[in-house]
Amino acid sequence: MAEQKEAPAVVGVRGLTMAFGSNVLFRDVTFDVRKGEVFVILGGSGCGKSTLLKLLIGLYRPSEGEIRILGENLDAARGRERRELLSRLGVMWQSGALFGSMTLLENVMLPLEEHTRLPRAAREEVARVKLGLVGLSDAANRLPAEISGGMAKRAGIARAMALDPPLLFLDEPSAGLDPITSAGLDQLIRDLARDLGTTFIVVTHELQSILAIGDRCIMLDKQAKGMIAEGDPRELRDHATHPTVRAFFRREAA
Amino acid sequence: MTDQAEQAGFDRQDDTLRLRGAMTTRQVGGLWEPLLKAARGARRLDLSGVTALDTTGAALVLRGAAVAGDAPVEGASAPVSAVLKRAQDALAAPRPAAGPKPLPFVGRVGAWGVEGLRAFRASTGFLGETVLMGLAVLPQPRRLRVADLLRHLDEAGLRAFPLAILLGTLIGVILAFQSSIPMRQFGAEIFIPPLVGISLIRELGPLIAAIIVAGRTGSAYAAELGTMTVNEEVDALRIMGVDPVSMLVLPRLVAALLVMPVLALVVNLTGLFGMGVVMGTLGFPAALVLNQLSQWLTLGSLLGGLFKAGVFGLVIAGIGCRAGLGAGRGPRAVGDAATQAVVGGIVATVVLDGLFAVLFYRLGW
Repeated sequence: MAEQKEAPAVVGVRGLTMAFGSNVLFRDVTFDVRKGEVFVILGGSGCGKSTLLKLLIGLYRPSEGEIRILGENLDAARGRERRELLSRLGVMWQSGALFGSMTLLENVMLPLEEHTRLPRAAREEVARVKLGLVGLSDAANRLPAEISGGMAKRAGIARAMALDPPLLFLDEPSAGLDPITSAGLDQLIRDLARDLGTTFIVVTHELQSILAIGDRCIMLDKQAKGMIAEGDPRELRDHATHPTVRAFFRREAA
Repeated sequence: MTDQAEQAGFDRQDDTLRLRGAMTTRQVGGLWEPLLKAARGARRLDLSGVTALDTTGAALVLRGAAVAGDAPVEGASAPVSAVLKRAQDALAAPRPAAGPKPLPFVGRVGAWGVEGLRAFRASTGFLGETVLMGLAVLPQPRRLRVADLLRHLDEAGLRAFPLAILLGTLIGVILAFQSSIPMRQFGAEIFIPPLVGISLIRELGPLIAAIIVAGRTGSAYAAELGTMTVNEEVDALRIMGVDPVSMLVLPRLVAALLVMPVLALVVNLTGLFGMGVVMGTLGFPAALVLNQLSQWLTLGSLLGGLFKAGVFGLVIAGIGCRAGLGAGRGPRAVGDAATQAVVGGIVATVVLDGLFAVLFYRLGW
């Protein structure tokens, strides 16, 4: 994945505006995410990061603008086409959103059951691989209520990866985790991006993991109601001129 | 992407199993079993034709190699072998130890009994805690949270009025109409008002009210307190030095205690009204119906019925709160608590009603 600059856009966002009633959250957001990169959406609390993520996966409809996911317009897709497109996305929710009545293994097996023709034994085998990838092999038979928050996040990633989607969305993967677990998760994301060529779109405000995993990022801001920065997070850290961006990367009070 | 998505496939040449194409989740679905069959007896797996491999494909390749007696995997390109290596490590991680064996039948009965006894003990503890707290609050009524109490009175009482009116009227109409058919054969239609009236004020009014409160309020209490328990809010209260029983349970119990007789009365009155309407259509004037009622209905039956209603309310709310506070963890816990509250509330109501019947008979009411 060395020639990332040439890689085609996996996600294209043009002139995206989101408003709840008269309350504009952000306007005119435009960016591309290229294949195989780890793309970070960052910003302070309440700037609309999570809303942008929900727009990208089609849970909300944009007030204005266009979103293309894997070359298709998710908003316009209907029925089979939409199901097909959704099966090529994986989402890790902020708190895991694991199904409480199923074990972790069953959680990971569910998408396989819905979208593939694999026999049962195969689904189990495949689900075990995914749990192994996130280091949860020995917790396969536990229920979500019986595991810690960090494990729930990792299990959420395992379930998001169940179908090996080319595009994975992670909502706050390292929030509320200890630094060691968090670093392990960052490493996992980097490895998966490298080995599997998966494109990651990560919403976070954890500075360390932004610098550790991000190939490129955009920054949203509550006051500006839109994007205030785009580019390589390490360059932004060193060369940003916008006061909020500088404050963010230097952990100063703005 | 599209150029890579070649059809995945395999063929067997002598003792070599050759794989080709994109071995990805979407592609290997129907390939799993035939490939494992073909892998049997192979000496090596050749991956030189594989253009893409994801973790699902890797699982298949590894399984195939295992079926072939740990045959070596050859010819994989660098990215493919990286994925393969990763999947291999993932599968090599220790798996959970097998869970405890399911108990034999006798063991299950025993476990069930122990569980029941434990629940009984917890319920007894809850009962004691509530009584003690109630007694402590009794001399200082100001410690009862009035704002909470008013909210619960509104939710459990006022908002249940439309339902009570609807059910009461319908029960009155149905009872009067159904009994009019056999009564007519004896020319005894004039006794429909006392029949319906006595059944209503002694039994049906309190019971219908109890069903309304168990379904609407008991379940709501269980779900509310259950969610709070699951979210550790109850623990937070305890640590803040606020007794959850006094803050959460008592206002609800008092609200249900006060609300139930009122609802029972509403059911009684609307039921009598519904009966009166049916009697009117049968040609009996209202004055006659009222005369019959005043002859047969006693204040004692009415008060006995309303007293029962109050006790039902207390028990239903108590069961609801206990189910909520005793909720386990996870999303099922709240649902279980609500079910327990409704089922327990209705069963307890009917059992208590039987006890009251015996009691009132002995007392000669």
